[in-house]
Amino acid sequence: MSILKPDFIKPVAIGAVIFAALAFLPSFADSYYMSLAISVVSFAVLATAWSMFSGPTRYISLATVVFFGIGAYTVAVLGEIMAFPLVLVCAGLAGTVVALLVGFSTLRLAGVYFVIFTFGLTELVRQVVSWYEVNVTREMGRYVFLDITQNDIYWQLLALFAVLLLTGFVLGRSRLGFALRIIGEDETVAKHCGIDVTRVKVALFVLSALFMTLTGAIIAPRWTYIDPVIAFNPMLSFQVVIMALLGGPRRLLGPLLGVIPLTLLFEVLTASFPNHFSILLGCVFMVIVYLLPGGVVGLYEKYRAPKKRTLSSSPETTRKSEEKTA
Amino acid sequence: MLSYAIFSGITLGGMYALVAMGLTLQYGVSRIMNLAYGELVIVASFIAFVFMTSFGINPILGLLIIIPLSFVLNWAIYRILLTPLVARAKNRGMLEVDSILATFGLLFIVQGVLLVWFGGNYYSYDFMNNAVDVFGAVIAANRLVALGFAVVIGLGFYLILTRTRIGTALRAVAVDPTSARLVAIDVNFASCFAFALGGAVAAVGGVLVSMFLTFSTSMGVVFTMKALIVVIMGGVGNLLGALVAGLILGVAESLVATYIDPGLTIAVTYVIFLLVLLVKPSGLFGRATS
Repeated sequence: MSILKPDFIKPVAIGAVIFAALAFLPSFADSYYMSLAISVVSFAVLATAWSMFSGPTRYISLATVVFFGIGAYTVAVLGEIMAFPLVLVCAGLAGTVVALLVGFSTLRLAGVYFVIFTFGLTELVRQVVSWYEVNVTREMGRYVFLDITQNDIYWQLLALFAVLLLTGFVLGRSRLGFALRIIGEDETVAKHCGIDVTRVKVALFVLSALFMTLTGAIIAPRWTYIDPVIAFNPMLSFQVVIMALLGGPRRLLGPLLGVIPLTLLFEVLTASFPNHFSILLGCVFMVIVYLLPGGVVGLYEKYRAPKKRTLSSSPETTRKSEEKTA
Repeated sequence: MLSYAIFSGITLGGMYALVAMGLTLQYGVSRIMNLAYGELVIVASFIAFVFMTSFGINPILGLLIIIPLSFVLNWAIYRILLTPLVARAKNRGMLEVDSILATFGLLFIVQGVLLVWFGGNYYSYDFMNNAVDVFGAVIAANRLVALGFAVVIGLGFYLILTRTRIGTALRAVAVDPTSARLVAIDVNFASCFAFALGGAVAAVGGVLVSMFLTFSTSMGVVFTMKALIVVIMGGVGNLLGALVAGLILGVAESLVATYIDPGLTIAVTYVIFLLVLLVKPSGLFGRATS
């Protein structure tokens, strides 16, 4: 991989220009639109980070909010003791440690164990944090009073998103990214190519978790009050999965196509139907699963290059017969 | 104190085992990883609650209505929602992913409907709440009744699967769907039947649990998770394994709740789950795969 090749420089340069332009948004938008922009960018980071791991491996992680909440909680606990950059480092460390533990205990196994584990992980972490707060610190809920404005949050998130996209872009061209794609296509083949399957999966899972943790940490000052129920709200994991799936988790910019329409839709839904939010969300989800299995990106690719589909379907059929004999 | 903790652990564990038996059927035979499973349990609890408080029908009689109702409902879920996914899936992995996503959506819809109707409060009703003395432990009669029914229904279920023609067909599909077709088993019908039967067992579990526990609309997720953990611990498709694993989980939870802290029950579940995953991922009684 050469850094100086034009096919590397061009997208990075275009991206840099777009991000530089986006950084001036606070000069035009009022605080309502800034708050909306923060939602969009934070979901963009979460959904892209989610897809970075779950897209190629097809391991559905339902634990986004665990890492997000860990980040937010670290800020609530340490925010007034340390400088904010240091707090971010601590949050990142905490998220990494948890991701390593989860990754090494479940990613050796079949995907379904991972899904189940992450499915309940939110509940577990929330219970443990609540238990700790009740029995050790003896107070439920914490206040976050930090001297960080809405615009600061926006800029930090934007920077985080830029770093994430760059990471994803470099990753797509690296040996690690290639190994991950092979694992996604066929794990047995990957093993035979000499890829340490578990280590690659854990590395990617930790990387994606790190970005989720930082998002939670950056956005925490927006809330001023945090308790375990707010910080570890399972709905967030769900929203992130839908957004990534709508966009198409197998392309770097795919999730973004799901994030923008759905963040706006959720904004309308929470305002107009606060009591029916969960039902409508479930319906949106069903529509995506049944009608748009490959996401918007998949739809686009299907109509653009029908030949490619027949080519890529041949390994699927061989795997099918292989599985039947196994 | 100890005998009480153990007995309430056994009742709880019996419920887990029963609920997990339904899930192991849905996952083992129909190959559907149903994340909305716990919601079906809770829906049954709420129906039992409404029967008891609004119509004065006691939960045991209620079962006569709830079992066929949930069987039909689950049949419909499989036919309408899941058959397209089964038809579309190219292999087992894809079906697993699709069914996880679809039932995850279903989970939020069911939970949302319950939330609109019942709100976020905890519910319970009074049924056979008189104390009974068992081996020195004072226990509410409803727990005993629930345990008794769990044993009877679990046993009946076991006999259906091992002694009848359709039960044998179901087990054949669980072992190998492709070969099952060769001996003239209608795999689609068997999957649908297993899914519906599993759902009916979930409903029984929900009704029995509602007799002695308080429940809320958000508890479905916890039931799904515990049922999944029991299924994995016992080995997928293994009824006896589910029974043993369910009891272990129930007793461990009850002991921790009594002696350490009731706030840590999920943590216990997870520690046990992790231990099983690390030591024997195929489950306590599971056959080793690959």
